[in-house]
Amino acid sequence: MSKAKVATVWLDGCSGCHMSLLDIDEVLIDVVQKADIVYGPLVDAQEFPEMVDVTLVEGAVSSQDDLRLIQKIRSRSKLLVSLGDCAVTSNVPSMRNNIPTKVLLERAYVQGADVNHRPPTDGVPTLLRHAVPVHEVVKVDIHVPGCPPKADAIAFVVTELLSGRKPELAGKVKFG
Amino acid sequence: MPSKISIRIDGELINAQSGASLLDAALAAGKFIPSLCHMKGLSSVGACRLCVVEVAGVGRLLPACTTPVQDGMNVTTQNDKLRRYRRTILELLFAERNHVCAVCVSNNHCELQALATRLGVTSVRFPYTFPRVAVDLSHRKFAQDQNRCILCTRCVRVCAEVEGAHVWNVVSRGVGSRLVCELNRNWGDSRNCTSCGKCVQSCPTGALAEKGFAVEEMTKRPEPISRLANLRGVHS
Repeated sequence: MSKAKVATVWLDGCSGCHMSLLDIDEVLIDVVQKADIVYGPLVDAQEFPEMVDVTLVEGAVSSQDDLRLIQKIRSRSKLLVSLGDCAVTSNVPSMRNNIPTKVLLERAYVQGADVNHRPPTDGVPTLLRHAVPVHEVVKVDIHVPGCPPKADAIAFVVTELLSGRKPELAGKVKFG
Repeated sequence: MPSKISIRIDGELINAQSGASLLDAALAAGKFIPSLCHMKGLSSVGACRLCVVEVAGVGRLLPACTTPVQDGMNVTTQNDKLRRYRRTILELLFAERNHVCAVCVSNNHCELQALATRLGVTSVRFPYTFPRVAVDLSHRKFAQDQNRCILCTRCVRVCAEVEGAHVWNVVSRGVGSRLVCELNRNWGDSRNCTSCGKCVQSCPTGALAEKGFAVEEMTKRPEPISRLANLRGVHS
């Protein structure tokens, strides 16, 4: 039997969900026996591959780049999992949402800076007006809230998915 | 003397005191009906609608907290329709304000968060509204953060009915509704606030909190207030 293709992606988040993913400890050994990690911050792939079985998304959709990437990922993934509160609720990244982006950047890069009093433009993506949960822009199959989700919950989700079952998470996970 | 009457809850025959609410009767019989705006000892207002139940012969759902028991009532507290409605209500509460559990003083001690877990809410299907709402830190001891307010009005009622100060009110309508201190003063400028903290202890979320607590540190104890209210016969 060929191995399943699993990808992870890090959008607007703190990488805490990826840390929690690593915290599943020995379950990782089972995971890599059943699946190849084909994309994400933990591996060295540059381009998101075609025909991925499961993609775990950490982070909210906050910029034009996030939006383009998640749309590409959706079209190339069979199952999309929102991993953690930023992906599920937009969480901390959304705390900027009631400030217009222009005012926000002015505050951070002009009023808040000692030198170079202007917002960066080269090599940084344009912010969306709102940082939004992943399921507000593409279809999401499974939501795993938590900040970060507990390693046990992630291990359960990954193990169930790799066994061909859809994990039932009601009552097992919480926001925050 | 209150007389005993019989009602049927989820098929089970239960004795209840005449004059009690359906919610009280169900809770006394060990049933679980979710609620957020209800607090023992205070009047019931049916604000959150989470305790909606089906009563045989009534063509609409009724909030258990404001429906008095009547002899021979046949009540359903759990079915797919009720669970769907309750989940939807919770999702709308989350969408209406900025509930960022991860950075909240009440994280892990919050009734809204706990109920979302218990009722199996793992995501919110409605677009978040991200409203710009006030944070009032003018009070010496307490903080008010409207981002976390669910308009349950427990603070309004505990202040008016138990403390007798009636500092809190709700202004405006619909999604524009806001909790205000007196006639829209800063809390720190309140003429009537006795700084007793009953509102803070009654608040189911982190909307009202004591100052000086960091994330996850604010725990609350509404039970002594309920006991006090019962002793005084505020609302039996």
